[in-house]
Amino acid sequence: MLNKLYDWVDERLDITPIWRDIADHEVPEHVNPAHHFSAFVYCFGGLTFFITVIQILSGMFLTMYYVPDIENAWESVYYLQNEVAFGEIVRGMHHWGASLVVVMIFLHTLRVFFTGSYKKPRELNWIVGVMLFGVILGLSFTGYLLPWDMKALFATKVGIEIAASVPVIGESIKILLAGDSTILGAQTLTRFFAIHVFFLPAALLGLLAAHFIMIRRQGISGPL
Amino acid sequence: MAAGMLMPMVRFAVDPILQEHGAGDYILTDQAVADLTEEPVRVDFAYEQVDAWYTSEVTSSAWVYKEGDKIVALSPVCKHLGCTVNWAADPEHPTQFFCPCHAGRYEKNGQNIAGTPPLGPLDEYQVEERDGYLAIGAVQANTIV
Repeated sequence: MLNKLYDWVDERLDITPIWRDIADHEVPEHVNPAHHFSAFVYCFGGLTFFITVIQILSGMFLTMYYVPDIENAWESVYYLQNEVAFGEIVRGMHHWGASLVVVMIFLHTLRVFFTGSYKKPRELNWIVGVMLFGVILGLSFTGYLLPWDMKALFATKVGIEIAASVPVIGESIKILLAGDSTILGAQTLTRFFAIHVFFLPAALLGLLAAHFIMIRRQGISGPL
Repeated sequence: MAAGMLMPMVRFAVDPILQEHGAGDYILTDQAVADLTEEPVRVDFAYEQVDAWYTSEVTSSAWVYKEGDKIVALSPVCKHLGCTVNWAADPEHPTQFFCPCHAGRYEKNGQNIAGTPPLGPLDEYQVEERDGYLAIGAVQANTIV
């Protein structure tokens, strides 16, 4: 049944080469943990992506209940965690995944560094990777404020002061992030929400596409 | 065309940077000026804060002491990363302001102590005396250090 449906579409649109090009390629022996168990270090990039997908999905579902408003943000988080079925699980996925994705991207960076995979011709992919690292840290920073509890508020106060310590443009960065020159409040929360769910994920997806296209172009770096 | 689409959005996003801020009014506290000494005391005060669409009553505080006839009111916001400093909170330095976050210290006049994290002196509030009571104005950079 499904085969027939596939053939019917394939006959008209010739989709086989498209998915073959994406999914059907050899995994070299030196990066396959089934051959050498120590090759598990080559899995960190894929694991980072896997957790990122979980973050995007769990985050999409969290916004069904979350309200980015200082009067209701904390209440809505409390409600979705304690009153909604599996709320603790879905929020837990997003909460723990956020830490895990930083750990994984760091391990992936270490692997690329110690195997020398950043060397010619892969310098551009290293640069995109560093930008991805920055975007992930930005997502962590902006997401931290959203529950709007005391820890979130004061951590963000400190984070914004760190941003303000940039020479010359620090004060402008601070106001751009906080939405006000002195208050960390209603406008800060809406801004961080917008950055967290729209701006940074858009940048993340674009950079990820570039990261993966370059991997397919250049192939996986050779054995040590 | 790209500029036509982007310009409104960029201006929209940077609006907080370009917004004019009116000079702050003085806030009357319940601290009698006659009771002030050379020892800094914490003076709490409340005011109405307008945060875009959200107006609320906010409490803040200042460390106030007398230097001769002059009243000095220092902001308690640490110049390192914005924690709150306290007078004589560190038993080893009873005549200094102390920040519990990273052990930043300041002299009584707000001068940051070299070798501790803060990079500048504590900010200062503008002050006025009204009918014998202390009134606190806008925050400005420290003028007495």
